[in-house]
Amino acid sequence: MAAASYDREDGGGGGGGGAQRGSRDAYDPNYVPDSVKTFVTHLYRHIRDKNVYEIHQMYEGGFQRLSDRLFRDAPWPSAEAVAPYCDGDHVFLLLYRELWYRHAYARLSPLTASHRAESWANYCDLFSVVLHGVVNMQLPNQWLWDMVDEFVYQFQSFCQYRAKLKSKTEDELQQLKQFDTAWNVYGVLNYLQALVEKSMIAQILEREKEGLEQFTATDGYDYEGGSNVLKVLGYYSMIGLLRIHCLLGDYHTGLKCLAPIDLNQQGVYTIVIGSHISTIYHYGFANLMMRRYVDAIREFNKILLYIVKYKQYHQKSPQYDQILKKNEQMYALLAICLSLCPQHNLIDENVSTQLKEKYNDKMTKMQRFDDESYAAYDELFSYACPKFITPSPPVLDQPLTNYNQDAYRLQLKLFLYEVKQQQLLSGVRSYLKLYSTITIAKLAQYMEVDEATLRSILMTYKHKMHAVDNNGKIVSSTDFDFYIKEDVIHVAESKPIKRHGDYFLRQILKFEEMIGELEKVQFD
Amino acid sequence: MESEQPAESYTVEELVAVNPYNPDILSDLEGFVNDQVSNQTYNLDANLSLLRLYQFEPERLSVQIVSRILIKALMAMPGPDFSLCLFLIPEQVQMEEQFKTLIVLSHYLETARFRQFWDEASKNRSILDVVPGFEQAIQMYAIHVLSLTYQKVPRPVLAEAINIEGLALDKFLEYHVANSGWVIEKGAHSHIIVLSRNEFNHPELKKNTAETVPFEHVTRIFPVLS
Repeated sequence: MAAASYDREDGGGGGGGGAQRGSRDAYDPNYVPDSVKTFVTHLYRHIRDKNVYEIHQMYEGGFQRLSDRLFRDAPWPSAEAVAPYCDGDHVFLLLYRELWYRHAYARLSPLTASHRAESWANYCDLFSVVLHGVVNMQLPNQWLWDMVDEFVYQFQSFCQYRAKLKSKTEDELQQLKQFDTAWNVYGVLNYLQALVEKSMIAQILEREKEGLEQFTATDGYDYEGGSNVLKVLGYYSMIGLLRIHCLLGDYHTGLKCLAPIDLNQQGVYTIVIGSHISTIYHYGFANLMMRRYVDAIREFNKILLYIVKYKQYHQKSPQYDQILKKNEQMYALLAICLSLCPQHNLIDENVSTQLKEKYNDKMTKMQRFDDESYAAYDELFSYACPKFITPSPPVLDQPLTNYNQDAYRLQLKLFLYEVKQQQLLSGVRSYLKLYSTITIAKLAQYMEVDEATLRSILMTYKHKMHAVDNNGKIVSSTDFDFYIKEDVIHVAESKPIKRHGDYFLRQILKFEEMIGELEKVQFD
Repeated sequence: MESEQPAESYTVEELVAVNPYNPDILSDLEGFVNDQVSNQTYNLDANLSLLRLYQFEPERLSVQIVSRILIKALMAMPGPDFSLCLFLIPEQVQMEEQFKTLIVLSHYLETARFRQFWDEASKNRSILDVVPGFEQAIQMYAIHVLSLTYQKVPRPVLAEAINIEGLALDKFLEYHVANSGWVIEKGAHSHIIVLSRNEFNHPELKKNTAETVPFEHVTRIFPVLS
C-alpha cells in the first residue's frame, strides 16, 4: 500500500503542475474498467464476510497492482462511479474514498486545496461513523495503521502547503480562504483523542496487564464476532498523537500520549513495521530533545538491530523505501545521542558496525566542538528530524511570506543551543579518563581556563549527564564518573566493561549455526 | 503547603484531563498560571497545554503569562521544563527583551555559572520578583548540582552558588547540618562542607548491572542445549 510515507515531499508547493495536465485531462472519473469492477465487488464481499485474510491480500496486493497498471498518474474512478458495485454501501464508499485520496496524495502532485479539503471531510465522515455508528467490520491492522498514519501525514502536508504563501496564485489563496476549516489543528487532535478515549484502549491495556482482557495476544482482532476497528484505531491514534506532538515540538505531551503502551513488552505496535518504526523513531527523538539520551539510545539500538535482521523480508513491501529512509535517519539520531552521551556499551555489535560505516567521520567531528562540529550536528539533525509544522493558519491580509521553515528553524536553533552548552564536556571527559585523581588547579591549567570556570564545567557535566525521569527521579547516564573532594577530582574507575555473558551467548549461537551448515554438506 | 486552593486547581486540571485540545479553556489556564504563582504550586502539563493553545492561536498570546510560565519553568530545574516551554514559543516572541533575559538566565543555570546567574538576576528583579519563591528554588537547584558533584565543597564555592554569605550562610548551614546531614570541617583555607552521600557523589554506591545477562538472551540458547 502506498501509505506510511512520512517524509514525502510536497509536490512543488503549488503553481506549475503542467507536467501532469495531459493525463489528467484524459481522466474520466466515471469510467470504471472491468478489473476495478471486480476489485470493488470482491473487496466489498470480503469486508462483509469479515474475511481479514482476503481483505489484507486485496489491500496490500491487489490495490497496489491495479494502481501500478492502470492508475500510474491518474486517479482511481470516483466513488460515485463504483457505488453500483458495492450496493452503494455508505461505509464502504468512505473506505474507498480514503484509498482514493491516499493514492492521489502519493501519485498526483500538486494537490489543490480543494482536494485536500475533500480528503479531510472524508476522514471526518469516516471517523464519525467509527466513533458514533456501529461499525461491524474487521479490518487488517495494516490498513488501520495506514489510516491513522496517512491522516497525520495529510495534516502535516497541509500545514506545509498553506505555509508557502509566496508562490500561491490568487486562485489558490482564494481556495485557502474558502476551505479554512479543513485540517484545523484542533479538529485533527480531537479526532485522534476521541478515538483513543472512545475505544477505551488505555483501560483495555491496563486490564490486559491483570489478565482480564485480551488485546495483544489476538493482535487486536476480535474473534468473538465483534469489530476490531475502533479498538485498533484508538491504539494507533496514541502513536499518531505522539507523532503530531513531535511535529509541534511538544515532546513531553507526545510521550505522555504514548505512555499506555509499554515498549518493554511485546505490543500490537510491532505487528505493522511502519507503526513499529514510527513509534520508536518519535519516541527516540522526543527523548533526545528532553536530554534522556540513554532511553533514546536503548530503543534506537533495539529497532536498528531488528531492521538489520528483518529488512530482507520487507524488500517487496511498498514501504521498503520508507523503512530504509527511517533506518538511515535513526542511525543519524543515534550518532548524535552517542556523541553527546557516549554509552557505547549499550550498542549491539551489529548496530555498532553499521554506525561506524555510516557516521564514523561525523562522530569524530562531533566530539571536537569547533565550527565543523556544529556543522555536523546541524547536518545530522536537519537530515533526521521530523518535518516540523506551524499549526496556526496563515494571516492573509499581511504581506505574504513563506513560514513553512519557521518551526524547523526554531527546533534546530534550540537543539544547537543545547549542544553549545555541552561543548566543553567532551574535553573534560578525555582529560579525566587519563587520571585517577587530579587537582582542580592542574586540570584548569591543562584546559586553559580559570578554576571557577572549571568548577562550572565539572558541574555542567554532572547536570547534563543526569536526566530527570517521569517520576522526577534523577537517573545517571554517565559512561564514567567522578566526584570532587574539596580541591581534588577523584575519577571513579572506568575500566571498559566487557560483556562476557552476551559475547559467549552470541558465539554459541554462531557456532551452532555453522555446525548446522556443515552437517548439511553432502559429499558425492 | 497550599491547603486552601486544591478545590479550584482541581477543576482546571480536570478540564485539561477531559479535553486537552479545547480552545475554550484558555482563560482558565491563564488564571491557573496566576494561581500557581501566588500559591507557589506548579503544573507543567497545564502550562504546556496553555502554550499549545497560544501556538495554535498566536493572536491570543499574553506576554505576561508566558513570562510567568518561563520563570516557573526555571524554578523546576534540573528538569528540562524551560526548554520544553521554549520549543513551543514562536521565535519572534522569544525576541522580546524579557524573554531574552530569561533565556540568558537559563543558560547560566544550565552551565552551572552561578556567579553570573545571580549577577544577572539582581539586575532583573522587576521581572523575577513577580514570582515568589524564585530564589529558594534556584538555591535548591544549586545544591542539587553541588551534591551531584562534590563530596566535600569549600565554603566559598557553596556561598557563590547559592548567593548567601556571612551570618545568613551560617544560619543556612546550621539548618542543613541539622536536617540534611551535612558536616562542617576545617580545611586548609576555609571551612569545608561535607554534603550528604548519594550514588552520584559516591559512585561506588551505584549498583553494577553490567555483568547481568537478561533472561531472554539466555533463552535463545535453550534450543542448542537441548
